[in-house]
Amino acid sequence: MIPLADSVNIANLFGALALLMSFAMLYQRRLGSMLALFSVQSMMVAALAFWMAALKNAPDLFITGAITMLLKGGLVPLLLMVYITKLDVRREVQPAYRMGWTIALALALVTLSILISGSAMAGSNVLERNMLALGLSLVLMGFLTMIVRHNAVCQVIGFISIENGMLLAVIGAGGMPMIIELSIALAVFFSFIIFGIFFFHIRERFDTLDIRYIDAYRRDRE
Amino acid sequence: MTAHMPHPAFMVAAVPLVAAFGLFFVGSYRMAAGINILSCLLTFICSILLVLEPGPSSTFFILDSLNTPFVVLTAFVAFTTSLFSYAYMKHEIESGLLTEHRLRRYHVFYQMFLASMLLALQANNIGLIWAALEVATLSTVLVLTISRTPAAIEAGWKYFILCGVGIVLALFGTALVLLGTQSVGGEGLAAMSWDQIQPLAARINPRLLDIAYVFLLIGYGTKAGLAPLHAWLPDAHSEGPSPLSAMLSGLLLNVALYVLLRFKMVFAANPDTLAPGPLLIIMGLASVFLAALALYRRRDAKRMLAYSSIEHMGIAAFAFGIGGAAANFAGMLHMLGHSLIKSALFCIAGLARIARGSNQVDAMNGLVRTNPVIGWTFLAGIIAIAGLPPFLLFNTEFLIIKATVAASPALAVVFLLGLLLAVSALIGFAQVVAFGEPPAPDHHAHKHAHVPGWAIWPAVLHLLLAVALAVAMPGFLNTWLSAIAPRLG
Repeated sequence: MIPLADSVNIANLFGALALLMSFAMLYQRRLGSMLALFSVQSMMVAALAFWMAALKNAPDLFITGAITMLLKGGLVPLLLMVYITKLDVRREVQPAYRMGWTIALALALVTLSILISGSAMAGSNVLERNMLALGLSLVLMGFLTMIVRHNAVCQVIGFISIENGMLLAVIGAGGMPMIIELSIALAVFFSFIIFGIFFFHIRERFDTLDIRYIDAYRRDRE
Repeated sequence: MTAHMPHPAFMVAAVPLVAAFGLFFVGSYRMAAGINILSCLLTFICSILLVLEPGPSSTFFILDSLNTPFVVLTAFVAFTTSLFSYAYMKHEIESGLLTEHRLRRYHVFYQMFLASMLLALQANNIGLIWAALEVATLSTVLVLTISRTPAAIEAGWKYFILCGVGIVLALFGTALVLLGTQSVGGEGLAAMSWDQIQPLAARINPRLLDIAYVFLLIGYGTKAGLAPLHAWLPDAHSEGPSPLSAMLSGLLLNVALYVLLRFKMVFAANPDTLAPGPLLIIMGLASVFLAALALYRRRDAKRMLAYSSIEHMGIAAFAFGIGGAAANFAGMLHMLGHSLIKSALFCIAGLARIARGSNQVDAMNGLVRTNPVIGWTFLAGIIAIAGLPPFLLFNTEFLIIKATVAASPALAVVFLLGLLLAVSALIGFAQVVAFGEPPAPDHHAHKHAHVPGWAIWPAVLHLLLAVALAVAMPGFLNTWLSAIAPRLG
């Protein structure tokens, strides 16, 4: 039997590593590396699910972990890599804003998450509180990633890392009913197919995956 | 009803779902459109059976006076729109704008979209609702871009990303509500059902509910097109094919707002949470003013209609923000009336586009003189959507103002100002259609395109219904809405 303090520490470790990946994604300039970081982040979320499944003796969470590992740790990054290769997009993307400011903003968001979850989960155990803080951080940083990048692929990566954050918070509290989890996984998977279709359409029409050109197109028309 | 019959709510969602899978294998356009109409008719009939013999709420389905009117309305509008869609798409094929091959997925996703909306309306599970609305988004994205023009792809991408992010945030809010319910004793699937969350709400940590409310408001508010989260709406609703615009504006916005209403009921049950009202009032007013000002730009007719949808969702949100039985009653009736009128208007705009070969407002000049049937119906529709008598929206807007005056006269003045701004813009548009100089004959790019005369009838039926509801509202609708209005907080 593992002492409670240690088991919480290990769960925290997985969560913190997932958050670290969010930071790394924020300043990473190469699309391929961003995808790898995302894959690692999903693996950390999956590892947390496995750990909690063993700890709480909740077999449902094993399935959650398995879905996360296979879908977000493997299949989705792989699919995105295939899209990138097929479309032959530029692998390096410049962030839109100064890196120092972006990181400072990210730190502020993490602090905010800790403050919020402290008051929201008053009375519940330390693990659930931590997981909510980490999950909320991941959600807000995924948002930030989408805002500071103008590349369609980066936006998609930010988008799915928001979902990782949600999952982190839910796993910390013992998970969702399986049928819901499965339908969410299915929805995520189908979004990816549609993302792919869009990449090709956008590339075909606009000859770039840089969102600024697509926005500019609309502004001309108005 | 025997015990072996499936829950009627199940049938309502299952019919379009089965049709969607079946349509995958139908190549012929005529046959696909026929199946589309049949399936919608069957769904509509099932929805009426549902009203006549409502089943008890089950693990997955809930039916009460809050969602039943919307279920029937959704099935009805989907049916009339499928009739219009047959004529409209036939023209698109004949004029070479679309190929039969591309239309194949249109019918599949039409049914998928309908099924997911009906599922979201009836689901007794906040996770299932989320999943259904996500499927609704996904199934419309691919239909939206069916023309493959750069404008459509731009609109589709924006819709996909903004609503995608919105709906992920809604999922986070949903998860927080689940955490809250679990922490006070709910477990498993039941912890996510409305009938379980509602009584437990008072014991959940109010701060947790506050955060959940913010996320849910941003998430489902994006989908409902409330300002400042509306950026995707004008593009998406104006770029898609007309029947899809009718369904998006008339139905999907309602479903998103309905989900917010359900959550508002939960939050209202906990006295220590932030009051949900003021945020809704602010977003509602912002939507009304923003849309009213945008209506003056008046370039593209379908864009105008899309902005008008933002305005009307804002009006409904404002009413729910004011709260109380009278305002809630008026707000729900407003949503129903807006659906009827707006879906009709998008259909008419589609016909006007066929008649004039363009969506531009300039091209709509003097429609009444050259195409009297389309022109007069269009005119009636614009008057209806502007909230003028004898149409239903006049009554509901009047009721909302009356309730607001009772709650806060100053707010009523601001609200009324927004309404007047929008009305005068719409009257300007009506003048273009009625008194404008028709363009020179060579402007008729699609002169030889044949559209059957009956294509206008679904829209006429909607407008007549909007008048009938204004003059004499049936007793059962009154009973439904009066029963639920006080419980909405």
